[in-house]
Amino acid sequence: MVDRKYIPLLVTIGLFILMFLAGSLRYPGFLSTQVFMNLLIDNAFLLIVAVGMTFVILSGGIDLSVGSMVALTTMLSASLIMQAGWPPAAVIPLVLAVGTSFGWMMGAIIHYFQIQPFIVTLAGMFLARGLCYVISIDTISINHPFYTKMALAKIRLPGGSFISIGVVIALLVVLLAVYLAHYTRFGRNTYAIGGSESSAVLMGLPVARTKMLVYAFSGFCSALGGVVFTFYMLSGYGLHAVGLELDAIAAVVIGGTLLTGGSGYVIGTFFGVLIQGVIQTIITFEGTLSSWWTKMVIGLLLFLFILLQRVFTARTARGRSV
Amino acid sequence: MSENRPILKMTGIHKRFPGVHALNGVDFRMFAGEVHALMGENGAGKSTLIKVLTGVYPIDGGEVEWEGRPFHPRSPLEAQQAGISTVYQEIHLCPNLSVAENIFIGREPRKFGRISWRAMNRAAEALLAERLNVKLDVTRPLGSFSIAVQQLVAIARALNISARLLILDEPTSSLDRDEVNRLFAIMRHLKRQGLAILFVTHFLDQVYEVSDRITILRNGRFIGEYPTRELPRVELVQKMIGKDLDLLGSLPKRTPPSAGGERPFLQAAGLGRKGGVEPFDLAIGSGEIVGLAGLLGSGRTETARLLFGADRADQGKCFVEGREAKLDSPRKAIDRGIAFCSENRKAEGIIEDLTVRENIILALQAHRGWFRALSRRRQEEIADEYIRALDIRPADPEQLIRNLSGGNQQKVILARWLLMNPRLLILDEPTRGIDVGAKAEIQRLVLSLSEKGMAVLFISSELEEVIRVSSRVAVLRDRRHVRHLAGVEIRQSAIMQAIAGG
Repeated sequence: MVDRKYIPLLVTIGLFILMFLAGSLRYPGFLSTQVFMNLLIDNAFLLIVAVGMTFVILSGGIDLSVGSMVALTTMLSASLIMQAGWPPAAVIPLVLAVGTSFGWMMGAIIHYFQIQPFIVTLAGMFLARGLCYVISIDTISINHPFYTKMALAKIRLPGGSFISIGVVIALLVVLLAVYLAHYTRFGRNTYAIGGSESSAVLMGLPVARTKMLVYAFSGFCSALGGVVFTFYMLSGYGLHAVGLELDAIAAVVIGGTLLTGGSGYVIGTFFGVLIQGVIQTIITFEGTLSSWWTKMVIGLLLFLFILLQRVFTARTARGRSV
Repeated sequence: MSENRPILKMTGIHKRFPGVHALNGVDFRMFAGEVHALMGENGAGKSTLIKVLTGVYPIDGGEVEWEGRPFHPRSPLEAQQAGISTVYQEIHLCPNLSVAENIFIGREPRKFGRISWRAMNRAAEALLAERLNVKLDVTRPLGSFSIAVQQLVAIARALNISARLLILDEPTSSLDRDEVNRLFAIMRHLKRQGLAILFVTHFLDQVYEVSDRITILRNGRFIGEYPTRELPRVELVQKMIGKDLDLLGSLPKRTPPSAGGERPFLQAAGLGRKGGVEPFDLAIGSGEIVGLAGLLGSGRTETARLLFGADRADQGKCFVEGREAKLDSPRKAIDRGIAFCSENRKAEGIIEDLTVRENIILALQAHRGWFRALSRRRQEEIADEYIRALDIRPADPEQLIRNLSGGNQQKVILARWLLMNPRLLILDEPTRGIDVGAKAEIQRLVLSLSEKGMAVLFISSELEEVIRVSSRVAVLRDRRHVRHLAGVEIRQSAIMQAIAGG
């Protein structure tokens, strides 16, 4: 019998396989490695952002600023490269540092002033989105050779399919995050805080540092997601990635992570993103359906998963009392 | 026990909170290899003393010497690193992590910077087996084990920090007898290994069973330190309470009102719920106290929750004053004059950040609806009245309830429900975690309420208490009502037999 703690994860993976198979049966040409790879290519930035979000939610928090951070990153990159003439080698580290410190500051405010993460990151969301328009209210297109090369680069895989640079980065982030979550003290402390923050304090764990690191990591991921998004869109714009934070949260929850914190897996988030991707792909293949159907299906799935979580946690609680 | 130098010496400790002088010149010392009981009523300052010792609060005055050096921890972490570990009454571990992780987190064994799960699981198994003599699947999440096991894990964690002083704050309050015995065996075992154990409990029997030395506090003051063997029980109780109190004799034993005579206030017929409690019949008359006895998890609380509508019954009927009543929500139960004091004081009872006054009027105000607010004056009158009637201390209606001791918090909750003028009062473990003096007070209060015609359902794990207050007792075993006793039948032996299944 499988361990109970893996059930939400297995449900997610099973659901993904089921949806992919359903698509394959219904549409000719759906069942190919390239369709699968396109899921990754089109959602690489979301995957990176959602990985950061996973840590935040595991710690029992939430980060609403990630979408705006992605937009700010595209905007900063575009304006520094196209208007100020900076080299990418300077711009990319800079935007990553901006994202990281932005997240770190929100984490510090959340911890030291004991303010709900929801409201602090909501403020961060407005702040970052507003900063985009300080830079420019229009789209700034990027035609720097490095960025166009990144955008067009195809990494050939055996079997004829290909992936983009963004996918490579995203997969590396996933691997790094799995390692962080399970084999470092930072990761375990994150789980502990999500399980019970007051206990974590009494157990002598570095709660302050961990919480700030969690938000810094999420900030870093959203900036990195922004860099990948810039490769993908080749522009900076204040209206990029509107609502992305909600997609990321949805991916994490569909991936089986409990919104109350302390339970979940990075791999779950990976499949959560793929499920969103597969819904989009099915709707594209269908051809006649509006893209809003994606949102509706995701909404429905979210309901289902939250119900599942509820049943799951209720059962665990009862299991203890007996 | 070595009489040489104490490893811990606290002299003239002071600690003040707004409006409360929690510790007033307290002396305390501990020797290696002893079990030392810290005794006192609620609000005597036991918890505060532990918290200043472990760095949760800074002290306002006095000196602490630990292993011969001045010691001023600024956080529980610092105290832990110095070798002082605490296992609290509530388990302060993470239920979502595995047993092994809960023992080792913060100090996980690592290989090249990577946590070595194999080494950690093995070390955890070894630690539990060698020092505590228990075998567990250490990879399972802690939350899937019983409280007793969680407590052992908490102790294992403390030991792993190479603690030289282990503080056990009310470790036995949620354990059954076997679990307590196992814990005591472990304590004796650890004592022989040279560990100093500070033991806080409300159970006098346990103090005499396991401790070597007793320190008594009262109202934040140091009363004395005695070897356990040289301090008779009566004297201990007197010193704790501060007045001569004939503890057990003071309750008048009443003749039970005739149960069958008049119509009972509440009558359950075949009431039950799958997974909760099997169908049972129960009648509670006005002016009658019905006790529920049984082991932890035998269905006592489940019975109470059904009667209060907190859980929905899936079979059977319930009659209030002879008429059938569908009690499927607490609101309906309240409307019919039923009040329920939950056993889970912290989670379901008090609201820590509100004042005593606000906590008292909560239920009444909710019942009236928010559009008919009680005037401030009326609120104050009510609060003063109940503070006086129940002797809530400190007698300040504007004190935040979190600053009150457990027994006084319990009285506030009681006041909240009494204010509703209930016809039936359900008390689930009203005296858990509070001291002897306050226990006797609450029992007396319950008796006087029933004399005024209130029906009471009294749930307690302490048999003695159930026997003393109840005129009838329903005994539960394995989620079934197995036996009803009345009048002279109510004897410890009879109840025990019913619980044991004789």
